Amino acid sequence: MKVTQITLRPGVHLTAVQTRKFKSSMLGAAFLAPLTEGEAALNALVPMVLRRGTAEHPDLESLSAALDELYGGTLEPMVRKKGETQCVGFVGSFLDDAYTLAGERVLEPAAELLAELLLRPYTQDGAFCPDYTRQERGNLIDRIKAQVNDKRQYAQLRVVAEMCGEEPFGVDRLGSEAAARDIDAALLWAQYQKLLRSARVELYYCGSAAPERVQAAFAPVVEGLPREGERMALVRPAKRAAPRKPRRVEEQLDVTQGKLAMGFRTNADAWDGQYPALALVNAIYGGTTTSKLFLNVRERLSLCYYASSGLMKYKDVMLVSSGVEFDKVGQAEGEILSQLYKCQTGDFSDDELEWARRSVVSTLLTTLDAQSRLEDYWLGQAAAGLTEGPDQLAARVEQVTREEAVAAAQDLILDTVYFLKGRD
Amino acid sequence: MVSKQYPRLGETVFHEILENGLHVYVDRRRDFQKSYAFFATNYGGMDMRFRLEGAWKNTPAGVAHFLEHKMFDTQDGNALQDLAANGASPNAFTSSAITGYFFESTEKFFDNLRILLSFVSIPWFTPESVDKEQGIIGQEIRMVEDDPENQVFYALMECLYDHHPIRVPIAGTQQSIARITAGTLYACHKAFYNPANMVLTVAGDVDPAQVCAVAREILPGQSGQPIDRDYGGEEALEAAQGEKELTMEVSTPIFQLGFKCDPAGTGAEWLRRSLTGELACEVLLGSSSPLYARLYGEGLINKNFGYGFELYPGCALLAAGGESRDPRKVRDAVLAEGERLAREGVDPALFGRVKKGCYGAKVRGLNSFEHVCIELAQAHFAGVEYFTFPETFDAITPSDVEECIRSWVTPRRCGLAVVRPGEER
Repeated sequence: MKVTQITLRPGVHLTAVQTRKFKSSMLGAAFLAPLTEGEAALNALVPMVLRRGTAEHPDLESLSAALDELYGGTLEPMVRKKGETQCVGFVGSFLDDAYTLAGERVLEPAAELLAELLLRPYTQDGAFCPDYTRQERGNLIDRIKAQVNDKRQYAQLRVVAEMCGEEPFGVDRLGSEAAARDIDAALLWAQYQKLLRSARVELYYCGSAAPERVQAAFAPVVEGLPREGERMALVRPAKRAAPRKPRRVEEQLDVTQGKLAMGFRTNADAWDGQYPALALVNAIYGGTTTSKLFLNVRERLSLCYYASSGLMKYKDVMLVSSGVEFDKVGQAEGEILSQLYKCQTGDFSDDELEWARRSVVSTLLTTLDAQSRLEDYWLGQAAAGLTEGPDQLAARVEQVTREEAVAAAQDLILDTVYFLKGRD
Repeated sequence: MVSKQYPRLGETVFHEILENGLHVYVDRRRDFQKSYAFFATNYGGMDMRFRLEGAWKNTPAGVAHFLEHKMFDTQDGNALQDLAANGASPNAFTSSAITGYFFESTEKFFDNLRILLSFVSIPWFTPESVDKEQGIIGQEIRMVEDDPENQVFYALMECLYDHHPIRVPIAGTQQSIARITAGTLYACHKAFYNPANMVLTVAGDVDPAQVCAVAREILPGQSGQPIDRDYGGEEALEAAQGEKELTMEVSTPIFQLGFKCDPAGTGAEWLRRSLTGELACEVLLGSSSPLYARLYGEGLINKNFGYGFELYPGCALLAAGGESRDPRKVRDAVLAEGERLAREGVDPALFGRVKKGCYGAKVRGLNSFEHVCIELAQAHFAGVEYFTFPETFDAITPSDVEECIRSWVTPRRCGLAVVRPGEER
């Protein structure tokens, strides 16, 4: 597996991963913009409307037909949050040329279709088609509203929104419902022009083709981007201290099981030297099935159906998420904190340390075996301006000492507790 | 050991039948960090009534799933921890038809394989551990009861089926699992977890001969008795009821629309039916069909719309669902499109594209070791080699697909389940 990173033009980059492991090749193109309350919904809506039709393929049916001709390839809107950067664009998967029925090439026409989606939208009167805009705005609003359906994830979104209310990270990747409601075709068109002119652009390929061929295939995308103006530089999210007394938020919905989500400040993120130690501590604490939260809070005490922790790699935040009976929430919270205290005082066995290390290393190495995870990994790194591959990060995790892990644990401070309970 | 090449897919599969009746399949994949092993029994949520040693037994709903949870317990502790300690990511699932245990690991593959084969084949249940699990699974059932997607799926099953056990939730209910004892678990383990009723599938850069050697070392040498199952007799071809509605706290109505299809036999027929059903889905309401574009354009469906063809022993269905302001309109439009296709036939250009698209998606699916191992196992239980799908696929004609749509997509075979927004249940 060979990874090549090339700057094609100032602010326009390509990450090309060459490998013959997969049956498919993966293509991506994303605009990277700072995550803001004012623009998040607009940016999120851009790829959704672009995906409705191009100048050459003006509707979904003809776009799908074009994709079917490319062996059922996909090109789906992407809206992701990497730290405090919003990434919007397209990502898709196509059959690798080796497996086509008549040996025909797929990469070049697929990249051409990607360029079409990104650069040559179907327009009416010089802007987005009002019908498409209205419909996709409706879909965006529905998606934002539907976040409440998955209560486990909803609790996590809510704790982040409460905890980081004064930081860009508190903005959801889809933006807010209120902001989405204000969008019309003209406003959206202006935002699209802004992205075209000034957003950083990240292109991605993973498949059997050599980087030179990939670069040539992407030429229609690169050539179609405006040359004037300067593309925005990347910003590293600021760190913040937890309040002296943790914030507490409770909400009621019609649920039979409570959801407890706890947000911690980590004082470290992917840019920091201690990040591998933090990743290891997260695994010891709640990131695996050998973790303290899983073995104690869930298995030994049966306080929760699930209890796990997760890191926001590009922001100084760790979340603990659990499902708990309403009347056991106090007990569960106490136990979750007491398990953290054990990590902070070095009260974990060498076995626990090594199990956690094996799990983190294995997760990183298997990223190399899964095209979509690899794409997401490299997009995150690109949005952060980092170049370390998953195998290199794994090698650093191998070197973390017990003392470093304990030190990373001692930096974890509870910031916000969110509890979703049933109606009285 | 037989090795078989599938040049169209660029794959080689090693196959061996052990003395105890277990089939072992290894899809050798070079250059991958991870390896994947899947050990499955032909026993799922719907196998509630069966004949063991001559006598018919009725078991409560949820035993297969309960067993899956309890199998990880060993006399010395918990296999989940043993596997995780070796850096493996273990898990298990219970579907209506099968129960599968698997792990993925980047190191110590054969140590992990020993653990997997050993904990799945050696039961260890105590009344205390069964009691405790009732609490954990009870919580899981309650969580699922809060999940509208799940509720709407079972509502559809109740619409379509009169008595086939596919309509019973796999995890059971609070009441049914309360009736499960250590004795129930031992009896069901004995009946269904015998090597001849199981399959081991592996994908990764591992030596197939060593996989078989480890299986011989760990598993019992003898096979158990064949098992008869009873799904309550043949179902009528019509849906049991046309509609079912629930109320939950959701933002927009969620629906599942289903058509009861003819069940398929085993072997080549199973694979062919499953591929034909998939193509019928794509032609009728797939993302490149005219109906999909119309429904999407009218705002009746959104990106969450999903569809598929499902084949189980004794039943089959074509289902589609997602969010919609007006699920009945979606149903009526699908029925009308089915009638049109039955009358006018399938557009040959559309058929050609959809076939190419499905083919590409199927080949791309082989990237996932989990997918490959599960498909190899399910195809084995159905009596067919999964990797023969390209040839089977080639042979399907537009009239095969039209015939399916003509007989399945009709009002009599149709069920619609809807979860509507609201606070009361």
